Amino acid sequence: MAKKNPVERPAASSKFEEMMTGTTVFNVPLPADLKTLKGMSPIVIKQPYNIDYIHSYGQDSPFFAGLSNKKLLGTKCRKCDYTWATPRLACTQCGGETDWVELPQTGRVHTFTTCYFGGEEFLKETPFHLVLVEFDGVDTLFLSRLLGPEQPEDIKIGMKVKAKFRRNSQLKPTDVYFVPAE
Amino acid sequence: MRPVYMVSGGVSKFAKARPDATFQKIVKESFDYAMNDVPKLKHSMIDGSVVSYFSDHFTRQLMAGIMATDYLGLCPKPNKRIEGGGATGGLCFQAGWEAVASGRMNVCAAFGFETMSHVPTWKGNEFIALASDVNFDYPVGGFYSGYYAMMVNRHMHEFGTTVEQLAMVSVKNHMNAYGNPYAQKRRKLTIADVRNSAMVAYPLTLLDICVMSDGAATCILADEETAFKLTDHPVRITGVGTGTDMMRMSDRPHGEVLLAPNEKKSDYRNLKYPGVHSFRAGRSAGLQAYRMAGITDPLKQLDFVELHDAYTSSEIQTYEDLALCKYGDGGKFVEAGYPFMPQIDYGMKLPKKGTLPVNPSGGLIACGHPVGATGLMQAVFAFWQIQGSIKKHYGSPELQLKKANRGLIHSHAGTGTYVTVSIMERGW
Ligand SMILES: [Zn+2]
Repeated sequence: MAKKNPVERPAASSKFEEMMTGTTVFNVPLPADLKTLKGMSPIVIKQPYNIDYIHSYGQDSPFFAGLSNKKLLGTKCRKCDYTWATPRLACTQCGGETDWVELPQTGRVHTFTTCYFGGEEFLKETPFHLVLVEFDGVDTLFLSRLLGPEQPEDIKIGMKVKAKFRRNSQLKPTDVYFVPAE
Repeated sequence: MRPVYMVSGGVSKFAKARPDATFQKIVKESFDYAMNDVPKLKHSMIDGSVVSYFSDHFTRQLMAGIMATDYLGLCPKPNKRIEGGGATGGLCFQAGWEAVASGRMNVCAAFGFETMSHVPTWKGNEFIALASDVNFDYPVGGFYSGYYAMMVNRHMHEFGTTVEQLAMVSVKNHMNAYGNPYAQKRRKLTIADVRNSAMVAYPLTLLDICVMSDGAATCILADEETAFKLTDHPVRITGVGTGTDMMRMSDRPHGEVLLAPNEKKSDYRNLKYPGVHSFRAGRSAGLQAYRMAGITDPLKQLDFVELHDAYTSSEIQTYEDLALCKYGDGGKFVEAGYPFMPQIDYGMKLPKKGTLPVNPSGGLIACGHPVGATGLMQAVFAFWQIQGSIKKHYGSPELQLKKANRGLIHSHAGTGTYVTVSIMERGW
């Protein structure tokens, strides 16, 4: 895909990127006159904050097991037959309980975007396309990545897409992604 | 329920970063401003308060609400924190209304803040993106500009909305903010400027999207008897509505439109609603507030609107949710000039200019969006507009509307999960 990422600064840029690195300082000056303290500049420090969560997919877990076995699983309501492309075990249409069902692996682009920026975790992957996929016989949509098209202009709403799966599962929703089907 | 009035408000100037102050001091700036505006209000008359901020991640301080409250000297009176994503401020305003309407308090202070400068922008985007389903949406690389971009691409597909129409919203709101000293971004732009700025999530550019801010806002609410003791110009809150929708956009139904009083079923024969092109929560909130305030034709019965324009696209979608025009006509509504201020030259031909000014303050796009403060900021700007005190507070009468008897404020969270609408009217 063509690089349009504005994060990359050309060599001729007249501004340094702000950095989160700095110098270790163990002391700062204090003026003798306490009356001047309210005019003092603020002290700004770096405060690291790293956590590894123990995250359970809980009742959504079978969806991820499905992905690692190249199956796209949704759920279908026992009471009202409403079918959820993004699974949920409780049907919000009627409050009924749903059962796991296999979804078709071809669908259409319901809508899309191309992200040139993103949250820090995904910044290195930009630009990438997000799509909401619609499936025949399924009542709701599914958020995924679309690979293949170069530019957003190459993506059309209604365009047929098919699911592809990573060979080595990461147990993430990106174990599945879509590509144009024709 | 008792009638509830707003008697005063204050806003800290919204800024990209306020390293000079912690959140408590920024809240106090807005609170002191509000207190100074009604000298008859003694601190001891405040019966309690509600406080709002969106993200514990940004503050890296749990229970920041009580720290703002104690800084203001409002302990040991009642207080609670209100939170609901981008609608946090609007929900806080309504929680203050509830406290007074129920009779629990005669005077309630509602204040909110956000300090978003404490992390770099990319980290901030990540924090905000955590306000989407972390099993299915966030890990796909979802972030909010991307979600709204998908919504507007569908809106464009359904209704023929154009990127130039989106850009007109940005031009309008930045230009309005030119006269608002509280605004973070006061810029004179053209449609070309908006389209030529960096693409963030196709088709939304940097100038289609609000920025992160540090800031705070305070509203003081009171019952009728107290309100008229405190000020000759209280503003009555005549309608409140709160709507909700499912967190995952992909789960939203494709059903029938919730009809406004000025619409009929036959207007929407082939429209699947809300899908991802409309905010059902916004429509629901609007209808509740209109019913309570006795509004049946909002375009005629409202004098101005302050709505949650985190994205130019969501402003256009919200015109429709609020039934200022029919679903699908939002793009044409802005193109014809309806939501522009009558007295400002935008450098564009706008035949219907000034019909119903939307975001006379400059909105989120230009004023900034310190999340927990935003919905309260809108209430303060609407309050001054209705009081006719814009000159006093902005230092210039440029943005004062001639007729501002009744306004609507609208606060909105993540792709339309929580939306509040409140109607404010001249109370004297
Ligand atoms: Zn059901």
